[in-house]
Amino acid sequence: MEETIQLQVSGLIKKFGEDTVLNGIDLSVRQGEVVVVLGPSGCGKSTLLRCMNGLETPTAGTILLDGEPISAGDRNITRQRQKIGMVFQSYDLFPHKTILDNVTLAPRKVLKRPKAEAEADAQRLLERVGLWEKRNAYPRELSGGQKQRVAIVRALCMNPEVMLFDEVTAALDPEMVREVLDVMLELARQGMTMVIVTHEMRFARAIADRVVFLDGGVIVEQSPPEIFFTNPRTQRARDFLQTFTYENRRP
Amino acid sequence: MAGSGINVLFMGKNFLRLLEGLWVTMRISLVSVVLSIPLGILFGMFLTLKNPLSRALGRVYLECIRIMPQLVLLFIAYFGVTRAFGWNLSAELSAVIVFTLWGTAEMGDLVRGALVSIPAHQYDSAAALGMNRGQTFLWVILPQTLRRLVPLTINLTTRMIKTTSLVVLIGITEVLKVGKQIIDANRFDYPTAALWVYGVIFLLYFLACWPISSLAKKLEQRWR
Repeated sequence: MEETIQLQVSGLIKKFGEDTVLNGIDLSVRQGEVVVVLGPSGCGKSTLLRCMNGLETPTAGTILLDGEPISAGDRNITRQRQKIGMVFQSYDLFPHKTILDNVTLAPRKVLKRPKAEAEADAQRLLERVGLWEKRNAYPRELSGGQKQRVAIVRALCMNPEVMLFDEVTAALDPEMVREVLDVMLELARQGMTMVIVTHEMRFARAIADRVVFLDGGVIVEQSPPEIFFTNPRTQRARDFLQTFTYENRRP
Repeated sequence: MAGSGINVLFMGKNFLRLLEGLWVTMRISLVSVVLSIPLGILFGMFLTLKNPLSRALGRVYLECIRIMPQLVLLFIAYFGVTRAFGWNLSAELSAVIVFTLWGTAEMGDLVRGALVSIPAHQYDSAAALGMNRGQTFLWVILPQTLRRLVPLTINLTTRMIKTTSLVVLIGITEVLKVGKQIIDANRFDYPTAALWVYGVIFLLYFLACWPISSLAKKLEQRWR
């Protein structure tokens, strides 16, 4: 069971015009695994994630979810995306809908689930992140951290098999980062398959089963977190980690 | 005797006639608005198409209607069309056609602006939830677009109500024309009538536009 490959990326190349953003990515994610993708800005982390649910069309290569190919523009893509939840950096809730409507919209309109059933699910999940009492509020009335937790619930309400997180704490005030990361840790503990792009190194270390280090559009290193953060195998990973530490330069 | 001009308003059916004139103004503008809104929404969606040919066509229509003064359009519709094709359009029908053409163009541009102002990540997050293009448009994009459009549409409506005063020039007797007739008929007995009649017309326009504006304000606050 542990060895079931859920998401398989092979030979993925993505170019924007002349610019090659991803240059041959091979990556498999097992069921229940938490993969953290690290790398300097512009290394293609977000593009990789966006390819994984078909928001970007790969220039070459394949992505399989449960053995079925994902490709943008395909009619299948909407069905495939229902199995992949994604949360973005700019907690982009629907501003014209209440919190409850935000999280039940897709289950009701896409999965055609009855209102009562969708709302019961939403209640369970919103209670878990401590936001059920905000159900009738509008997104503008919530803090950034609250909005991001709602965005996670909104994705979970579709009962996805895989969750993608694209720098979900990057736009948050520091004191709100924790509440969002706690929700993600809880999800990981429950066995959700997750691919996470983040700049929170200590969080990455705590949550990852495997760290994938991306630079220049290729995977430079893949290691368990304890190895990656203490004794990275490549010089580029060492340089990257160096930028997150502050040495005392005073004499 | 040269009494106060205010008496003019209460003589015969004068006040009722002004109200009838106002009704003509409102009828032309409201019919045009009601036609312009759905047509403008369709035209606005058309303007956001990526196809260069449809873009050019939309642009040409928009610019032609905008560049030409409404008065010229009215003359073309009322006099020109009769000359050219022998269609005998009534003045009121010509007015409705012209104001609908104009309203569709203006509304279309407003709709286009509102559509492109919806951030790309709204489309992304709807897509990531498994919605197809139709569902995304219907449940996510359209409601937000309509909310943005409410104040702009109301503004267009009041502009249209005011601009309809031009229809006098193709022979329609609307509120301003009635006022002028009343003033002319009483010029010697009541020289100050003009002030009163125009004052009342000012008030009538205000009463017609103000509820619409305040409705817009309410909707805006509710949907902020």
